[in-house]
Amino acid sequence: MPETKERSSVFRKALRAWVFLFAVAGLFAFTALFNPAVVSEALASFGSLLTRIIPALALVFCLSFLANLFLEQRWLSRHLGEASGLRGWALAVVCGILSVGPLQAWYPLLGELKEKGMSGALIATFLYARALKLPLLPLMVHYFGVEFTALLSLCIIVFSVLSGLLMKNIAGFDGSGAGGNLAR
Amino acid sequence: MEQKSKATQAVIQTAVTFAKTVPIVFGVLALASLVTAAIPPKGISEALPMESSLGPVFGAMLGSLAAGHPVTSYVLAGELSAVGASLATITALIVSWVTVGIIHLPAEAAILGARFAIWRNVICFVLAIMMAYVVASLMSLAV
Repeated sequence: MPETKERSSVFRKALRAWVFLFAVAGLFAFTALFNPAVVSEALASFGSLLTRIIPALALVFCLSFLANLFLEQRWLSRHLGEASGLRGWALAVVCGILSVGPLQAWYPLLGELKEKGMSGALIATFLYARALKLPLLPLMVHYFGVEFTALLSLCIIVFSVLSGLLMKNIAGFDGSGAGGNLAR
Repeated sequence: MEQKSKATQAVIQTAVTFAKTVPIVFGVLALASLVTAAIPPKGISEALPMESSLGPVFGAMLGSLAAGHPVTSYVLAGELSAVGASLATITALIVSWVTVGIIHLPAEAAILGARFAIWRNVICFVLAIMMAYVVASLMSLAV
């Protein structure tokens, strides 16, 4: 009986997500009636975004699969949970810096990890550390110089931890599963 | 055999998560593309007094509303700098562009929780302004 309830909840959530996507498609169609040029530009931009997000989503699917296969809730809570300590913060910062692709591609995996016990503060830290984009550093140096780039990069690392600490101490997101919507 | 069934279970679990989240992510990206095409960030930056003393706040606002590749924020920040925007303003723009996402908020809220998404974006907005002043002050000391 609880399994049936669980399935129907999953189905409802998936349905809502698809309804949202179709509503956006409807909005495109409606806008096209009045301003086809804007829609054409938006479609070109969306197409370019898709080419960036699809490889990242494929990578995230694989990581998510591996997390579901190998990561035990207890292990995750110990290494990325409330009590993970300095190692947890460092792991969140390093993974954030090394993660590739658009931010949105990482939401499904982060949702999964949150359900498994990753602390909200560390998720916030991971998301903030993504602001430091290693492949774009040469371009930033070209635009703004070495000093600014080095200082900004250092500040991003410090502020990523600060954002996690603020999420923990002001917003109270220290524990796992705080408000996540992926519960099955 | 047990390992195989565990793998199948992991595939199903991952597929279910993606079925629930990917349409939201795609929908939000499409919405962001439409909003950006209708109201280009450059147009907003021209409408806001970026050279004023409140420049960092406006820079953070622009970065929070904008969506797109971070490189676009570098180009825009370079243009703003050329017309007199301060270092703090362009720092706030670049940082908030990648840490705050008003247009992406529905996707973040649907997957990570509304309370989490709102708190995170508010905190990151404030931190973008703080970092702008910190970077500008340290840069002025270095010169």
